[in-house]
Amino acid sequence: MSATIATAVKTLNIDGIEVPINGERNLLELIRKADIDLPTFCYHSDLSVYGACRLCLVDIAGRGIQGACSTPPEPGLKVRTQTEEIREIRKISVELLLANHERECTTCGKSAACQLQDVARKLGINKVRFQPVHKPKPVDRSSLSLTRDPNKCVLCGDCVRFCSEIQGIGAIDFAFRGHDAAVLPAFGKDLGEGECINCGQCAAVCPTGALTPRQEIDEVWKVLGDPTKTVVVQIAPAVRVAIGELFGMPPGESTRGQMVAALKRLGFKYVYDTAFSADLTVIEEANEFLGRKTNGGKLPLFTSCCPGWVKFAEQYFPELLPNLSTCKSPQQMLGALVKELLPAELGVEKKNLVMVSIMPCTAKKFEAKRPEFAKDGVAEVDHVLTTQELARMIEEAGLRFTKLQPESFDMPMGFKTGAGVIFGNSGGVSEAVLRYAAEKVTGKKLVNPDFHAVRGEDGLRIVEVPVGDIVLKLGIVHGLKNARMLAEKARRGKCDLDIIEVMACPGGCIGGAGQPVSRERDIRKLRTRGLYDVDKNMELHKSQENHFVTECYQRHLGEIGGKNAHRLLHTHYHNRRRIAGETIELGDSPEAEKVKVNVCTGTNCFVKGSQHILHALLDQVEKEELQDKVSINASFCFEKCDHGPTVSVDGNKIQWCTAPAAKAEILQKMKEKNQ
Amino acid sequence: MRSKPKPDCSGRKFVKVFTILEKHGRKPSRLVPILQAVQEEYRYLPKEVLTYVATALDISPARVFGVATFYTHFAIEPKGKHIVRLCDGTACHVKDSIPILDAIRKRLKLEGKKTTTDDMLFTVETVACLGACGLAPVVVVDDQVHGAMSPASGVKLVEEIIAREQS
Repeated sequence: MSATIATAVKTLNIDGIEVPINGERNLLELIRKADIDLPTFCYHSDLSVYGACRLCLVDIAGRGIQGACSTPPEPGLKVRTQTEEIREIRKISVELLLANHERECTTCGKSAACQLQDVARKLGINKVRFQPVHKPKPVDRSSLSLTRDPNKCVLCGDCVRFCSEIQGIGAIDFAFRGHDAAVLPAFGKDLGEGECINCGQCAAVCPTGALTPRQEIDEVWKVLGDPTKTVVVQIAPAVRVAIGELFGMPPGESTRGQMVAALKRLGFKYVYDTAFSADLTVIEEANEFLGRKTNGGKLPLFTSCCPGWVKFAEQYFPELLPNLSTCKSPQQMLGALVKELLPAELGVEKKNLVMVSIMPCTAKKFEAKRPEFAKDGVAEVDHVLTTQELARMIEEAGLRFTKLQPESFDMPMGFKTGAGVIFGNSGGVSEAVLRYAAEKVTGKKLVNPDFHAVRGEDGLRIVEVPVGDIVLKLGIVHGLKNARMLAEKARRGKCDLDIIEVMACPGGCIGGAGQPVSRERDIRKLRTRGLYDVDKNMELHKSQENHFVTECYQRHLGEIGGKNAHRLLHTHYHNRRRIAGETIELGDSPEAEKVKVNVCTGTNCFVKGSQHILHALLDQVEKEELQDKVSINASFCFEKCDHGPTVSVDGNKIQWCTAPAAKAEILQKMKEKNQ
Repeated sequence: MRSKPKPDCSGRKFVKVFTILEKHGRKPSRLVPILQAVQEEYRYLPKEVLTYVATALDISPARVFGVATFYTHFAIEPKGKHIVRLCDGTACHVKDSIPILDAIRKRLKLEGKKTTTDDMLFTVETVACLGACGLAPVVVVDDQVHGAMSPASGVKLVEEIIAREQS
């Protein structure tokens, strides 16, 4: 008998064709690899299999009709994707969804990118035979970043799974059941009140218009049409390699020349590049890092460019806020510089200078409205448009994007190096900082600026990069669940990394929720490659080579990391409650003569043992029959989490509180009241 | 009209929530029994307590709310002092349970989706089969089973309670 091992490829049969099995997780993957595009709503390759939409049904010989997404491929299966029966079931499923769907397609923000519309068209549904049973529900416009229209939800749950499985948050979930079932924030509150960090990935995966980025187009048209206003605009790196997709260009192709031309035609006076302020960020952040590294400051240093991550850290990791870089994001740095320098330079009043930014991101809309980014009521950035919104404005203005004669960014804040451009993809911030730090540490010129070690697609990458005599350990994450893993380690003091780059969205900003909706499988790879190509096509690759940045320091900012730089380019963070929650009143309604005690039972104080304090105080009140003199309440988050547990006694907040400390304070206050 | 009285949220009860959480080892997989036990205490699931449970189990409040609203057994609104459950399972339904429901609701001035009276005295609900089909149609008032009901006898049950409460 020969010792050869049989290496025959295992196959199964799809619609009469033998197809090899190569480790695909389910039949749907295999069928799509065979270039048959089965319709789905609830299947997303990054998420767990849900199997609810019943559109990817196939007929398997001997087994009957099954969902392809939830059937593992097995050799020898005979699969049919098209039969009379399957077509009929698919049609009925979609028709039933359409019956309860608000079918106002012409006025829907998702029109033309809507999968429900697409599937209905492909299945040839020309009539909906069923009557709606749902009454119209109010549209939730509470979030600064997203609009939630429950009347368009098909309950596929993609948003729910993305939020909990990739971001590790769970700001929305299914509630109620049967025909009352709905996707809701906790307790049916508004999205803007809860834990949502505004990344908008729920909207990116939503097949319909139930979740969409909040639109600011009308406000921007208004200022553009106002002759008293001078409107300037900045464009983030990731926008240039994606906007072309909406005009029929291949993903990843850089369109910066046309983009600038279009913005000028729309009426923007100056077009600046967020990559300029990304260069500035590199210099400030790298120096901040090197300072901490040499002076024994807080490490790992977490990046702070991603506003989704910043809100996440404020909600869940208060004790790590000192580890966050104090650098503002490039968007806010540029806004701050524009509002500081341009009024004098152009001779316009500050209130008549409007800063608009074009971002791949929905969380940037929230960031621009943070109170710390406004001075005397003047915001650093007035309006944030997503890539999608800019494309819509270009369409509305009737501009033929691909035919536009390219134009150049305005100087000086339109000038950048490749380091600023690669900020738009995961690993890019790290690489840009390394290109700076390597020269600064060694004092020698870096000949090859590429750090291939930090590039990659995985959501969690740990790399070691030798820089001169030292080895820097970097963590690069996208997806906040991954960030949470590293942050938990850092919280326990078990993280020996130097820098952790966090981007909330898959692949970094190129995968932001403001980018064009795409079902192209390799979209992130293509856009990322686009940014590295832009970097390669430039002459300068290191932020320290940006002479306009150098000039900016000389003329306006002074020393790197100095007082003026801090005033304009740095910020601070604060603890943030994760949910708007009411105080639990545990006694009768408190009266004036009672000592009012509030024990924080928010996540952080809870972890630090506030439950025991609450328990002890309640016991004492009962034992000593103090019910008439003291009222004990549980409350949700004083936003002092880093000093928890927090107990407030008649408004006096005791931090790092213990049960004896709280008791002593209560006795003291009782004494004061009796006097 | 009397305003809705605050549900009983005494300190003792809240301590009970701690005990419940500890008893179940603060395991997220024990969410349903934890909510059952909490509801035993409060007669419904107050929002604030649900947030506390979510915090203690380290799961999102939206998930806890989802579970609490999925099962009809759980109530997120305070229930009345007396609970009237009308069976609308198949056997009771074919024996005209719905006219009984209508009559009771009319007597208690419950309109639309409302199930609890403004004075918090009654909550009227339907349930799917109590397993007493031989007695159909069945009404259960505060865990007491009444069989072979009619609209008139249903209203009478309610009126007896009202009379008792007023005396």
